[in-house]
Amino acid sequence: MLYAVLCYNSEEAVAAWSREEEDRVMSDLAAVERKYAAAGKLGPVARLMPTTAATTLRKAPGETIVVDGPFAETKEQFLGFFLVDMETLDAAIDFAKELAVANPGVGAYEIRPLRVFKPGGALEAL
Amino acid sequence: MSELSWIDLALSSARPQAMGALLRYFRDLDLAEEAFQEACLRAVRAWPDKGPPRDPVAWLIFVGRNSGIDHLRKRARQQPLPPEETLSDLEDVEDDLAERLDGSHYRDDILRLLFVCCHPDLPATQQIALALRIVCGLSVRQIARAFLVSEAAMEQRITRAKARIAAAGLPFETPDAVSRAERLGAVSAMVYLVFNEGYSAGETQRADAPFCEEAIRLARLLLRLFPSEPEIMGLTALLLLQHSRKDARFDADGQIVLLEEQDRSLWDGRMIREALALIDKALRHRAPGPYQIQAAIAALHARATRPEDTDWEEIDLLYQSLERLQPSPVVTLNRAVAVSKRQGPQAALDLIEPLEDRLSGYFYFHGLRGGLLKQLGRDREARAAFERAIALATTPAEAAHIRQHLDGLSRGVVAETK
Repeated sequence: MLYAVLCYNSEEAVAAWSREEEDRVMSDLAAVERKYAAAGKLGPVARLMPTTAATTLRKAPGETIVVDGPFAETKEQFLGFFLVDMETLDAAIDFAKELAVANPGVGAYEIRPLRVFKPGGALEAL
Repeated sequence: MSELSWIDLALSSARPQAMGALLRYFRDLDLAEEAFQEACLRAVRAWPDKGPPRDPVAWLIFVGRNSGIDHLRKRARQQPLPPEETLSDLEDVEDDLAERLDGSHYRDDILRLLFVCCHPDLPATQQIALALRIVCGLSVRQIARAFLVSEAAMEQRITRAKARIAAAGLPFETPDAVSRAERLGAVSAMVYLVFNEGYSAGETQRADAPFCEEAIRLARLLLRLFPSEPEIMGLTALLLLQHSRKDARFDADGQIVLLEEQDRSLWDGRMIREALALIDKALRHRAPGPYQIQAAIAALHARATRPEDTDWEEIDLLYQSLERLQPSPVVTLNRAVAVSKRQGPQAALDLIEPLEDRLSGYFYFHGLRGGLLKQLGRDREARAAFERAIALATTPAEAAHIRQHLDGLSRGVVAETK
């Protein structure tokens, strides 16, 4: 089963990380990523810009409305995701637990099984 | 991350909202600050065991409000009660902890808090100090160090600023659309000032008071509160673009490195990309403003992988529209740099000579003028201009940078006479 592991946290808190904290968390996460990539279980990983950079297109009958900002005003924002291929939900939860160890503190990982997946592959890494 | 550091983060990110609400309740900056401090102390005691509350901001407002009221009661035992109307909104104090202020309420609270700090009666340095103290929560010691004054002097400066604000009266009415826009304009200018204070000094000298980062944090806060204001997008983008060059702007000895000589691989690509995304968003509104134009100029520099790829023609045009929107000799001075790239030093010199009256006390005027004269081979005049610039330099790095030009000139002169 393919799972998306969606990362939620207060983006304000994440934005307040010092460079050292940021670097440490990113390198700890990269270590987890390497492990799962080596096992052939890791797909694309994405980190999103802050919601202030977001634009939302709302569908409405007959027209669409483009508004500034994220889809929903919430305490915790959707910050990024990992895509993993796991035998079981437990395995996916274990993966998220490893992420939580690499990046401790508050926030949440939502584990969502995928229904459709089109890997693309035409894009360059950022 | 250690336990205490997440609490720290939660407290500092809750600060503007909680302080804004407490200021609305107590209508007194000192009392609001004390109440917030007390709430933070209790959070540090309570949160490690119980975990963070579901809504830390509401928790801090509730606890802060109660402790402020306690404080007022104690004070009332020693002196007569304050008039009822100074304790506005206190009747709902028994309300449930889960009281959730709606977004617009928070928005006006925070805007008021920021607006109070940039009161027109206050000189710029006091606005900056007050904002860093009250909104960002930097300690007096941190701010004092950054301004190179003693802690006592800074304490006094902040106290005086607060007294001035109290005397002038705080704006507590809910702002209408026009006064909200005015406040937003004043607050944006103050955020820009905070940034500039850090930018011109070079953050390296202020490692423990990161003005630039605080300014960016404030800009992001404004942007979250006013997600559809293209000028706030422009302001945030501008700050991000300027800050993206921070590692390239000074060399290992703390000397200024000019834009053209900077190692562009040191520029922070992540900040640049975010800024470009914000400029794109802003452009859709088709409501250009000074911050958007300045951001667009900075973006043209950021987009050039090599100095010679810089689109000076577009930069010149953007400065021209900035001159129309916000006529200022400093803008013209900046345009002169673009003009010198496109049409040579003489054209740029012709453009800035008429500014002498108004910019005679401005470091950059004499620095640029000296540079242009030097390019034209008018060394003696160049030397005089550089010497005036040195006299006006506000940081050692600025002075050192001009001295390099002077040294270059001296060597040139010696070489000529040989």
